[in-house]
Amino acid sequence: MEIKEKESVVVRFSGDSGDGMQLAGNIFSTVSATVGNSISTFPDYPADIRAPQGSLTGVSGFQVHIGAGQVFTPGDQCDVLVAMNAAALKTQYKFAKSDAAIIIDTDSFGPKDLEKAQFKTEDYLGEMGIDPDRVIACPLTTMVKDCLADSGMDVKSMLKCRNMFALGLVCWLFDRDLDIAFNFLKEKFAKKPGIAEANIKVIQAGYDYGHNTHSSVANVYRIETKNKVPGRYMDITGNKATAYGFIAAAEKAGLKLYLGSYPITPATDVLHELSKHKSLGVTTVQCEDEISGCASALGASFAGALAVTSTSGPGICLKSEAMNLAVIMELPLVVLDVQRGGPATGLPTKSEQTDLLQALFGRNGESPMPVIAAASPTDCFDAAYAACKMALEHMTPVILMTDAFVANGSGAFKLPNLAEYPAINPPYVLEELKGTWTPYMRAENGTRYWAVPGRQGFEHILGGLEKDDKTGAISTNPENHDLMTRKRQAKIDAIPVPDLEVLGDKDDAELLIVGFGGTFGHLHAAMDEMRAQGKKVAMAHFKFINPLPKNTAEVLKKYPKVVVAEQNMGQLAGWLRMKVDGFVPAQFNQVKGQPFVVAELVENFTQLLNK
Amino acid sequence: MAYTQNDFKKGQPRWCPGCGDHFFLASLHKAMAEIGVDPWNTAVISGIGCSSRLPHYMATYGMNTIHGRAAAIATGAKVANPNLTVWQVSGDGDGLAIGGNHFIHANRRNINLNMILLNNRIYGLTKGQYSPTSPRGFVSKSSPYGTVEDPFRPAELCFGARGHFFARAVATDAPGTIEVLKAAYEHKGASVCEILQNCVIFNNGTHDAVYDKAGRAKNAIYLKHGEKMLFGENNEYGIVQDGFGVKAVKLGEDGYTEADVLIHDAKCEDNTLQLKLAEMEWPVALGVIRDVVAPTYDDCVTAQIEEVKAQKKYHNFAELLETNDIWEVK
Repeated sequence: MEIKEKESVVVRFSGDSGDGMQLAGNIFSTVSATVGNSISTFPDYPADIRAPQGSLTGVSGFQVHIGAGQVFTPGDQCDVLVAMNAAALKTQYKFAKSDAAIIIDTDSFGPKDLEKAQFKTEDYLGEMGIDPDRVIACPLTTMVKDCLADSGMDVKSMLKCRNMFALGLVCWLFDRDLDIAFNFLKEKFAKKPGIAEANIKVIQAGYDYGHNTHSSVANVYRIETKNKVPGRYMDITGNKATAYGFIAAAEKAGLKLYLGSYPITPATDVLHELSKHKSLGVTTVQCEDEISGCASALGASFAGALAVTSTSGPGICLKSEAMNLAVIMELPLVVLDVQRGGPATGLPTKSEQTDLLQALFGRNGESPMPVIAAASPTDCFDAAYAACKMALEHMTPVILMTDAFVANGSGAFKLPNLAEYPAINPPYVLEELKGTWTPYMRAENGTRYWAVPGRQGFEHILGGLEKDDKTGAISTNPENHDLMTRKRQAKIDAIPVPDLEVLGDKDDAELLIVGFGGTFGHLHAAMDEMRAQGKKVAMAHFKFINPLPKNTAEVLKKYPKVVVAEQNMGQLAGWLRMKVDGFVPAQFNQVKGQPFVVAELVENFTQLLNK
Repeated sequence: MAYTQNDFKKGQPRWCPGCGDHFFLASLHKAMAEIGVDPWNTAVISGIGCSSRLPHYMATYGMNTIHGRAAAIATGAKVANPNLTVWQVSGDGDGLAIGGNHFIHANRRNINLNMILLNNRIYGLTKGQYSPTSPRGFVSKSSPYGTVEDPFRPAELCFGARGHFFARAVATDAPGTIEVLKAAYEHKGASVCEILQNCVIFNNGTHDAVYDKAGRAKNAIYLKHGEKMLFGENNEYGIVQDGFGVKAVKLGEDGYTEADVLIHDAKCEDNTLQLKLAEMEWPVALGVIRDVVAPTYDDCVTAQIEEVKAQKKYHNFAELLETNDIWEVK
């Protein structure tokens, strides 16, 4: 047996959507993170609601990148591919490196399986051009049945444990401590100890099978842990981190958290997560539609809560009317847009960055709103916290953008200490203003005050009609409308955001890579690779998009070449060109619904450098 | 604290002279004074339309929002802040056309809102198009040859959405209006008050049969829970059961006597007969038609939070973090 020391390894679990690949992938990620590896994950769900078993469209994948040092992406291609059936091998092999180890369940490659997967012959490996020496072929289903023969379980229940056999095999391949997986299962199935026991038995069987049968065939990988940041960690998905950010901000601000939402892929997990935490006083209302999700949140905001509404692009279309009302009423509101492929229903389970201009401009009238985009699954926490703080302190709706990739992916999350986070101080109307206060009276930074119902002497009306700057009464005065439009704009422009940080060769880069949101990891990995090749490259990644950081123009104009890389047709590039005089960047645009591929980025950026 | 109507008045209403909104607003001021909830603990939330200007004339907290969304916005305000008394004011277009979805769901969820539906069967602010309560064949600017669609009957929609409270009053009838507004406030849950009102400009006379006192004496019946359903200038008519429905009969004719007259039961959970009453064209049923106790959404949300708080061991963010699988890197 050869033990390969590696910096990082990518594993992809794939099978039918009923095969439990997400769970197997999750457990493996947790086991790896627990020993101190860094992880980045990417679940790749099928778009079909319930595709026929064994069909090509029903394949579900889960990819995890494990690193000794920091990993920024789930990886372009995998070193180990688990294919639980013929359809999985057919569709997922393209994600495997040319020297990848491939684990298959030969029991799922019968004539019918091959037909469903559209193989023409029985020599499926030959058809795909796969070297048999790289394949760990095992009669996995048979072995699971044998392993559980004495358990008294029916065959259907036994087959549900197939994923655990594959997990056991992978754990052997990576020399993983099974006890961590066992503990995970014992907790997950605390109420069903029989199931936990069966799963544990099957993992052990998978591990032993690898150890006994294949020790001469495959490599065993060892990922050491370095650059460890001491602390306590948990695995967290982007959606869960977003929900946690909202909870943390509400607690810091001393406000009730209200979520008005309507289920929509890929944002629904935020609704699920927040709905669990009633013991923290979180109120979630699953509304009759997207409109009501946003409108009810605005009502909650008026009534004094930290109000949030969560959705994806099609939902933003419907919420834009109520978001606009929040703009003119100048009430705090956080609108979460977990971007997916569009337009219309588009690619519901896939990831894009195509809502940026909608977030910035998708409302009638002059309707400025701050826009914040999270850079990674764990960054969703800080981004959500920042969005809440900005909304509450500046009395404005804020759009928080994530995407399907960031929302479903996960990373190791160092447990935050809320005491170290900045205070949140909404501009509550001062008691001494009683008698002279009007609704659009402003503090020095241009923010109006918040008078929450229940306070005597501050009864007032807000609404969608333009109001007089001084009295707060309805006004159609042309000078006043111009003034109010400018005041609403100036208030947003004056919101302080951190400076844009330049990473890499910040002093002498020949190329600056620019991006925003969920592409951070891929762009960073591309930069790292180019710098390892001796090229002078830097990157600047936008998290705060409106208002832009103060040093934006300075950074963008400092380097000889700039490329804006984004998963749309050039929306950030367009916004920057609008805001920075004379800025004409190169562009890298891809709208495939899939994460960037680092190798493609490196190739493209290198060509750009050599031009 | 004792209030007068002046404590709830603000500004100078800008509706057309003779508009039903003026009458209703005066009754709302009086009803709120009698109810006695502080203006600062009261929110009046409207959508868009002539009648949705109403919150501007209230000395309470208020929102004049966007078209159709009043019920949704009011829902969030009430659930987030159950101590607020929330009045939601919409016209027939705002409440039943563009806001129809929010109307039915606020009723279904049974949010503790007082929902006012000012029904003049016309779009006034956009200057005279038919509304979802305009009768079939109605001629308007957008239906010059008459509409070819049936109207909603608000009570039917409310009951179809499992509403627990429905009352009706005529805008010009101050005592009748104040009575239903107070009953709506007393009822815990979504309370729909349909207010029949005239639009003097675009739909003049739409409720003529019951718009003045004399008309109501002839053509309306004031329903009172537990009382016989008699009406007419001398109580000479009564409501009796007629097969699967109800009908109005003259006592002493066709062998009907007062003993045949039904006693109104607003508290009956089964809404069958209440619906029959609400849908009568003659006489027009006024007063509280349905008033049934049921758990409210906002109370249940609060109760569930308390219940889960007692069950779960984590009550702040730091404790929430500890519920996860955590590992330590040293």
